[in-house]
Amino acid sequence: MIELQNISKSFLDQNSNKEVLKDINITIKKGECVAIIGKSGIGKSVLLKHIIGLVKPDSGNVLIDGIDINSIRFKDLQKIRSSIGMVFQFGALLDSMSVEENISLALNKLSNLPKNLIADKVSESLKAVNMEDTEKLMPSELSGGMKKRIGIARAIAINPEYLLYDEPTTGLDPITTGKINFLIKKIHNFGNVTSIMVTHELKTVYDVADRVIMLDEKRVIFDDKPSELINSQKLIIQEFIGNNVNKEYND
Amino acid sequence: MKNRKTYFHPLLFIKHFFIGLGEYSIFIFQTLKTIRSWNTYFEYSLDQMIKIGVQSVPIVILTSLFSGMVTSVQAAYQFESGLVPTWFVGSIVGESVLLELAPMMTALVMTGRIGATITAELGTMRVTEQIDALESLSFDPIGFLIFPRIFAAVIIFPVLIIIGDFFGILGGLVAAVYSIEDVSVQEFIRGLKEWFRPWDAIFGLIKGVFFGFTITSIACYKGFFINGGAEEVGKATTSTVVVSCVAVVFLDYLLAALLL
Repeated sequence: MIELQNISKSFLDQNSNKEVLKDINITIKKGECVAIIGKSGIGKSVLLKHIIGLVKPDSGNVLIDGIDINSIRFKDLQKIRSSIGMVFQFGALLDSMSVEENISLALNKLSNLPKNLIADKVSESLKAVNMEDTEKLMPSELSGGMKKRIGIARAIAINPEYLLYDEPTTGLDPITTGKINFLIKKIHNFGNVTSIMVTHELKTVYDVADRVIMLDEKRVIFDDKPSELINSQKLIIQEFIGNNVNKEYND
Repeated sequence: MKNRKTYFHPLLFIKHFFIGLGEYSIFIFQTLKTIRSWNTYFEYSLDQMIKIGVQSVPIVILTSLFSGMVTSVQAAYQFESGLVPTWFVGSIVGESVLLELAPMMTALVMTGRIGATITAELGTMRVTEQIDALESLSFDPIGFLIFPRIFAAVIIFPVLIIIGDFFGILGGLVAAVYSIEDVSVQEFIRGLKEWFRPWDAIFGLIKGVFFGFTITSIACYKGFFINGGAEEVGKATTSTVVVSCVAVVFLDYLLAALLL
């Protein structure tokens, strides 16, 4: 279970503190598939990075299975991180390494598997994202969508309990978006993982998530099923899902 | 678009200097802590030794060769008065190359070649979230990225300086034989041996260790903490070259004052 308790975070912006998150409280149970949505620059990715300890809160606690990840030693944090896979917005594959090396990097460190089994595991992960026979390619030879899929392969290779996706479909064409949505759903259903994704693609929210959290003005303003978005009375939510935009422009 | 005017403020500069120095010290301390798990990252150090060392050999040979040659030619120009025996040129080239030219020229060339590359590389990794990805995969990015680079430089810089010493003296010899009358190879070597002290060569190598550490640690620090995009990568790269050059010159003076 992931618990975010009273999370507040500010960043220094031109010599002044800009508060991004204020007293955020979210609990995500095992097996849930949660989408975090909101306007650009609202702090969705910052919130996601709190879960894996890449960003530390100014105040509040982040609990993974009851352990506060910001009050433990680095070695223990590394152990917790080994149960979390993260897919970054642009894949974040290491430029200097091939696809195979990128995926086997964490396997070499975190598993005791012999080399031949690691190679099998790499192939298996690539097959799961429909990217077979790309082991020898370098990241510079891959398209945006391919990088994201390799990023997913790298994250699932370590058999994580939690999978975090940072804008997994942003900037992709509708066909690739559909493929990645299907992939996320497949991994969620068959991999027995808890999935948390940051997105502003409504198609991804409706296709994949079973719970949606919306951030605005530093706080959580919506936390319910995706089907309930349309029933919300909040203007910002209606604007976000495209119901009020034309009306406002016409006014 | 508004033009933002920036003014130089001495107090602000001093404040930023000390903040930077503090952050750099903490960064170095964190890097030194990763020595405990050096065997985990040793194979990455070997890669870096090839990048920093082997690939830099041609440029070190070229710069050292010409440094030695110009020292010879300038010495010959000084000897025109006839008051100094011409075989002294071997002593002058030997002392200059071992004590100053080879270590200094290698350091300055490496600042541009290695320092700038490391900052740009790490900066791009930071901007494209590759460093975050490493952390998320349970790696210690300082152990994985920083320690191998600094360790490789500390080992490989003295080796480059030995190469620089050899080619600097060789360049001096060639130029002396061709540009100064009455100087033969034997005369040059006689001068070289006359004033040679082993400590001078050792001192050059000690400088190499310090220069290697300083250049790569500054480059790593500047690249690792980049915040922003491509523009910041460019600024940090320039800053690395400027700061490293100043640090190398300062360190050169400090080591000379302490060890000679």
